[in-house]
This record gives sequence, structure tokens and C-alpha cells, in this order.
Amino acid sequence: MTNLGLKNEIREIPVENLLNEVLVLKKQGMRLSQACAAYINEKFELSYSFSDDAAYELINLRVVIDPQTQVPSITELIPQAVFYENEMKEIFGVKIEMISLDYENKLYRIKQTAPLGPKQETEVKA
Amino acid sequence: MGKRSVIPFGPQHPVLPEPIHLDLVIEDERVIEAIPSVGFVHRGLESLVDKRDFNQMTYVAERTCGICSFQHGMGYCEAVEHIFDVDIPIRAKFLRTIWAELGRMHSHLLWLGLLADAFGYENLFYQAWRIREKVLDMIEMTTGARLIFSVNKVGGVIKDITADQLRIIDGTVTEVEAELRDLEQVFLEDSTVKSRLVGIGILTKEQAHDLGCCGPVARASGISCDMRRLGYAAYSMLDLEPVVATEGDCFARCKCRLYEVYQSVDLIRQAITKMPKEQELAVPVKGNPNGEYFMRLEQPRGEAYYYVKGSGKPFIDRLRIRTPTFANLPGLCEMLKNTELSDVGLLVVTIDPCISCTER
Repeated sequence: MTNLGLKNEIREIPVENLLNEVLVLKKQGMRLSQACAAYINEKFELSYSFSDDAAYELINLRVVIDPQTQVPSITELIPQAVFYENEMKEIFGVKIEMISLDYENKLYRIKQTAPLGPKQETEVKA
Repeated sequence: MGKRSVIPFGPQHPVLPEPIHLDLVIEDERVIEAIPSVGFVHRGLESLVDKRDFNQMTYVAERTCGICSFQHGMGYCEAVEHIFDVDIPIRAKFLRTIWAELGRMHSHLLWLGLLADAFGYENLFYQAWRIREKVLDMIEMTTGARLIFSVNKVGGVIKDITADQLRIIDGTVTEVEAELRDLEQVFLEDSTVKSRLVGIGILTKEQAHDLGCCGPVARASGISCDMRRLGYAAYSMLDLEPVVATEGDCFARCKCRLYEVYQSVDLIRQAITKMPKEQELAVPVKGNPNGEYFMRLEQPRGEAYYYVKGSGKPFIDRLRIRTPTFANLPGLCEMLKNTELSDVGLLVVTIDPCISCTER
């Protein structure tokens, strides 16, 4: 019989603490298993999901910011976050600083700029 | 030190099942670095939350992928059901489990065929796909479709599997198991197959963890993690141990997927035995989703995420689907380092890439 992973927590943190919190979870041996953005009520909600592969626990770090706020990239701590962060940047227009491999909004090769981000920033790429 | 050059690989390439582009930095015939590039089949499915209500989104979620469509629909429905805090009927949980495992069987058999094709064993390719047809026939018999099942709904399922059909499934999975045992001899014992798979593209346990790999790719590197142990659908009522290997090479990834077909056969038998005989197939779900939930489940290719957020309206605010191939791309780049150029196609196939569902 199996029924693990009852912990499925969303932990809201200020953007200034993002790197520290990511480092703490990384040192605990947790795996970055997902990161995504949502644009709701004129705010970006960024979620960074960390999994414990032994206990099947899930901790989701949540950062809520204004669209103009700069977010530090976590790729220096977790290189594999590069695709997640490029997706946030290209699809939502999240301003992420210092992504280790920045695809410059060409990850998905779409014509619109930030189609799911703030409407005023939606424009067709040249 | 040889001369370095960059070779573009894909998106159109005979060995690639789906469009991915790799810039391969090579030195002589050895790959030094691989930089992946996707975006050729991005469809923007997640943006349809503005145009389809939360019930209709079940069918949108299913169309994320043609191979694991059922599990996409199930993952989305389970996420919404968590937000509503509804418990679906036990029979519906077992039906979801049976269909999910049939889906896993046909996906792994498809992959075994593609792997055989990638290393040039045409006969083995045809044999694997011949066996897969039997699984597709069972799916067609119970759902009316072979790939896009469309049997999930928020609150349960819309179709039942009759007692006669369950008997046919029981008999057919036994046939599939026996026929795969014959092929297993070739996949795991044949010297020509081994020469192409053993020791190629090794990913250590530490690398697999640090790079966020999941599913058979992670399990082949020794990480004992299988999201079915979370107990969604009816898995909490079944006995299940992750299939794990430790070598971390192409051969280990082949072995894991092959043994997982047997595991699926076992889970289907358990489900048929333990499923309650007569029961409702769904519970009514009233109102609109108000809340958020991160749902995880084990697709054939590994752990998938379904993040759903609603605010009490028919149209949800956000659906995010993170597919297993998305998580395994960094692992692929690591595997490709220091391999021969001639092994690149094979290595791409061994992560069982599904680029269409990666891009959604």
C-alpha cells in the first residue's frame, strides 16, 4: 500500500529572500522539480517547487511581485532552472536578472512578446 | 586537441521522433557540449484558460500529448478535485488506474520500438509495435479511441469497463507479458544491442538529482522515486515498488522501461481484483474552483505537474503543465557530453522525448 507525500505546502516569501531560501532547500537535498509564473490581479506570482524524492514532500516557494520588479535568477545555484526562467521571461515578461543561458525570448519562437503577461506589454515581435 | 566545430542537429533528423534542435560543439567526433533549442511546435494550450471553462479544460489538457493524453486529463482533473475537496467514487479511481497503466504500457512499448529503430534493429522495432497494438486494441475497446481517450471528467469518469471487458483485459495483458518476455531476451541479452547501449550516456545518481531528472531517466540512475507512491487514483490501494537500476546508462534506461511494462501488468491485475463491482462513476461537482493546487503524477516519461488556480469563476486563472521531458532536458545535455557523435540520436531517444508536450 502506498500513500506518501502528504506535505504539499505553499510558502510565500519576499523576493529579497529568494536566493537564500532556494539555497536552504538545495542544502536539504531537495530537487527543483518545477518553476512557473502566473499573472493574476496585476501581480506576478512566481512558484518554485522543491521535491523530496525520499519522503515525496513538496515545498512551493511563492514570490509575489509587481511586473516591474527585478527577480534574481536562481541558475547560479541551480543551473537546470534555465528553461523555467526563460519560459517565465518569454511567456509572462518576468524581469529576471542574470540567467546563465538567456535565450533572449527565443525559447518558444513565438511572435508575441509576453502573451500571458501584462496586456500593455503585449506586442508583436519585429 | 582536435579542431572544434559546431554541428546543428535537428529539428528534422531521421532518428528524432519529435522536433528538437541541438547545437553540438564537437572536437573531432566527440561531443563537448550540447545546447538545446525547442519552440518549433509551441501551441499555447495553457492560454486557453481564458476561452474554455474548467470542465472543458479537461479535454484541452488531454491534448497536451497524444501518447500520455489520458494521464494529462487525469492530472488536471485530480488537481481541480483537490481544490473542490471532493472524493471521487472508488470504482472511478480504479478505472483511472487501469487506463493509466494501459497508457503506460503502450507508451513504453512504443519507446522500445523507437529505441530498436534508433540502433538499427528493424525487426525488433516491428515486434515491439506489434505487441503495442494489442494494448491499443484494449484501449479502443474500453474507451472508443486509441490515443485521446476522453473518459475523464472533474468528479470521476464518464465510461465504465464491463466485467467481460475486464476479463479480456486480464487475458490480453497476460499475452502481452508473455510476448514481451520473448523480446526481453533480445533487448537485454543480445550482444549487438548491448554494444550500442551498455556504458553509453552515463548519468550518475548525483547528476540526475542535481539536474532535476525524473521518471525512468532518474530511476535508471538509482533514484528510487515514483510519483504513483503519492497514492493518487487507486495507487494507494495497490502494492507498488519503483523499478530502479543503478548503472545510469542507455541500457539501464531500457531495462527500467521494459520492467515497468511488467509492473503495469501487475498493477492492472491488482486493480481488476480489488475494484468494487458496482458503483457510481462520478460525483456531482457544483460551483466553480476557488483555490490552488500543485498536482503531481507519474506519466510514462516521469513526474508531471499540474498547477491549477481558480478564483470562483468558470474560467480558471492559471493552468500550468510541466511535462517530464521539460525536466529531463538538462540531464540529456549532461549525457551528451563526451559521447561519440554517432551516439547522439540514440541518447536523445533514451530520455523518451516528447517535445510537443514539453512546449504545450
